[in-house]
Amino acid sequence: MTAASGPAGASPATFLGLPAVVPPTAPRGVGMLRGDEPFPVAARRALGDAQLRRNLGKATGTIRGRRARVVAELDDWDQLRAAGAAIKDDVLAHLGDYLVQLEEQVTARGGVVHWARDANEANRIVVDLVRAAGATEVVKVKSMATQEIGLNEALADAGVAAWETDLAELIVQLGHDRPSHIVVPAIHRNRAEIRDIFAREMGASGGVPAPPGLTDEPRALAEAARRHLRQRFLSARVAISGANFAVAETGTLAVVESEGNGRMCLTLPDTLITVMGLEKIVPTWRDLEVFLQLLPRSATGERMNPYTSMWTGVAPGDGPRAFHLVLLDNGRTATLADPAGRAALRCIRCAACLNVCPVYERTGGHAYGSVYPGPIGAVLSPQLAGVADNPSLPYASTLCGACLDACPVAIDIPSMLVHLRAKVVDAGRGAGHPPKPERAVMAAAAWTMAKPDRWARALRAARLGRLLGRRRGAIGRLPPPLAAWTASRDLPLPPAETFRDRWSRQRSGPDGPDAPDSLNAPDPLDGPNASNPLDDPDAPGARDLQDARIGQDAPGGRDAPDEPDERTP
Amino acid sequence: MSRTDPSPSDDARAEVLARVRAALADRPAAPPASRDYRTAGDGSPSLAADAPREALLELLAGRLVDYHALVRRVPTGPAAPAGPTNDASDGNDGNDGNDDGDIAAAVADALTQRGARRLVRPPGLPAGWLAAARGIEAVDDEPPLTAAELDVLDGVLTGCALAIAETGTIVLDGGPGQGRRALSLVPDYHLVVVRADQVVAGVPDALARLRAAGRATRPLTWISGPSATSDIELHRVEGVHGPRTLEVVLVE
Repeated sequence: MTAASGPAGASPATFLGLPAVVPPTAPRGVGMLRGDEPFPVAARRALGDAQLRRNLGKATGTIRGRRARVVAELDDWDQLRAAGAAIKDDVLAHLGDYLVQLEEQVTARGGVVHWARDANEANRIVVDLVRAAGATEVVKVKSMATQEIGLNEALADAGVAAWETDLAELIVQLGHDRPSHIVVPAIHRNRAEIRDIFAREMGASGGVPAPPGLTDEPRALAEAARRHLRQRFLSARVAISGANFAVAETGTLAVVESEGNGRMCLTLPDTLITVMGLEKIVPTWRDLEVFLQLLPRSATGERMNPYTSMWTGVAPGDGPRAFHLVLLDNGRTATLADPAGRAALRCIRCAACLNVCPVYERTGGHAYGSVYPGPIGAVLSPQLAGVADNPSLPYASTLCGACLDACPVAIDIPSMLVHLRAKVVDAGRGAGHPPKPERAVMAAAAWTMAKPDRWARALRAARLGRLLGRRRGAIGRLPPPLAAWTASRDLPLPPAETFRDRWSRQRSGPDGPDAPDSLNAPDPLDGPNASNPLDDPDAPGARDLQDARIGQDAPGGRDAPDEPDERTP
Repeated sequence: MSRTDPSPSDDARAEVLARVRAALADRPAAPPASRDYRTAGDGSPSLAADAPREALLELLAGRLVDYHALVRRVPTGPAAPAGPTNDASDGNDGNDGNDDGDIAAAVADALTQRGARRLVRPPGLPAGWLAAARGIEAVDDEPPLTAAELDVLDGVLTGCALAIAETGTIVLDGGPGQGRRALSLVPDYHLVVVRADQVVAGVPDALARLRAAGRATRPLTWISGPSATSDIELHRVEGVHGPRTLEVVLVE
């Protein structure tokens, strides 16, 4: 793989650069950063769900088109993107200083700041605050951080009902489901499914039931959600939110949303509790000018999302009388400790990388097991929870580079995936696991390639493989353990004559050794530059290229059963 | 309030900060961000920095309509004062009045068409704006209305702190004529008056102006069109929890 020339080359320095004390990763047994099963197993099941693939294909196609249009409107998009990356790198490099500054500002303006080392501590803090406010129910603004730590479950254990108010989160909650996308958690559901969930569950949940004869018109579904939640908003005493940005300089917090459920939660209750990952900081007020342009265009493909709320501490006579800010680590400092992985903390949760990812588009978010799916999830989840707990995620990618192109803060996800693959291998090596077949094969290959004559003999022997694919021109099925490879891919037939044989034949021919100029031609096996082949992931040609790259494991032309047939919805 | 709870949080604070220090033992370099994108005063991608005010208003109106806000444009009366009369620096304390008559007529038309009868009147709303409205009961937020009381009113009329042409965004900062955040949230119809001198080109201009006016730490609401959602199959649908109708009186 040519992509391996990325960060892997830097890994020795990486290991030397590790601090003496590595901060702990997110604890097990709480929250949602780890799947119950490896990605390939979950992905295989998801790929068998034709409805899911149709829903995902339609939704991601829609959002890709919208994003491309509004990004093209800004002639300074590249400069904004570079600035976004640089600002976030500055935040990470001086995170301690900015955290202390943020705490000072929030405290000076009437807020209370809490620090949580991990999910359990954050949940405990929030439960105590809700109890102190005397509430038995809370309204919630969609928040990745509270999903990550399993706050709803912790509140339920404490006898507190948490009502999700974002439409997609409501669909997920009422459907006893899990979110599958960072911005649109119910992206895996189509309108008919949503209608059924509303009709069945709205009344059963103890809220206002769906109106009789509810149709699957999106407008009617939105209206049903409005009626279902209205009284909850008006009577709620405690709200819980996440944050998109926190300005260290002023202590200002920002929540970006569309429906007004965020405004309801941030404005009407007496007590507001905001749970925020450490990395959500921007240093100065002015820095918002970059992110308030990058985020809405990347996330929902809008010039600006319908509502953005900003608040600083407590404002007398306007909104909550008590404001608590919970600063959450939960594996973020562990991520920060890896120089080759810390840039994942630049992420502003726009999900643009999900929407362009050929793997995500086919498997959906549940297959990733973590609340953070898609390309960013494949680098974030293993770092927050430790690669040992998410060893298959760094492989959940074709390394096609579309995610890097789409990322508004230029996170080099493909290089990071390769880096994390190396860490997975190292973790397996160190933990005394039984050697895997892959390692045995690699060792055998190394032995074979070490001496030219061994290699030549091996290649000649490989010609026997032609017998396996005589009829179809490709090898479709091999016995175990090689079946693991051929289960989802064809193997090309070995050539009838190896290059070495041809070389020696032609050298002894009439033109002698000067003839084969073709030797200097580029080796087609090197393939396209794998680090970043797609200039514009939304261009039709680029999509074909992506698809071609996904399909390139099956050059024999067998119909790959896992490929959905519709490309553009 | 200060951090009064003693041990666990203090321990956690010290430990998290120690972890951050340990994690950054390699002292990564972070060169300052280069601000070579369009900053305040540079205009916007759709608008040259020296574009005439009409172009700015034209862009704003177009972007508002694009996101399905209703827009009424009120031409400046002949007696209107030339140039900006007040900056966002003193909030929106209304207008001395030469074009109040035109605003009042537009407001009255809008309310009639909407069929609104009971309207929230934020403190500091210029008295003239409702002068032409017939059969309207203006309800003051004095003493503060409960959420349930706001919920049965037909709408709200506010001014604003500023508007952003490039994105079709209206910013409220709770200044005079705007009221606390709940007033422009709970009623289902939001009618807002935007004066020409309140319109800026892009997002950087808006943040700079709010900062200069000392409004950065006020509760701020940025509004771009009516309440909407993209949560069903990624199709944008207007009308969820916030006001389902946003109507803008744009005073030129």
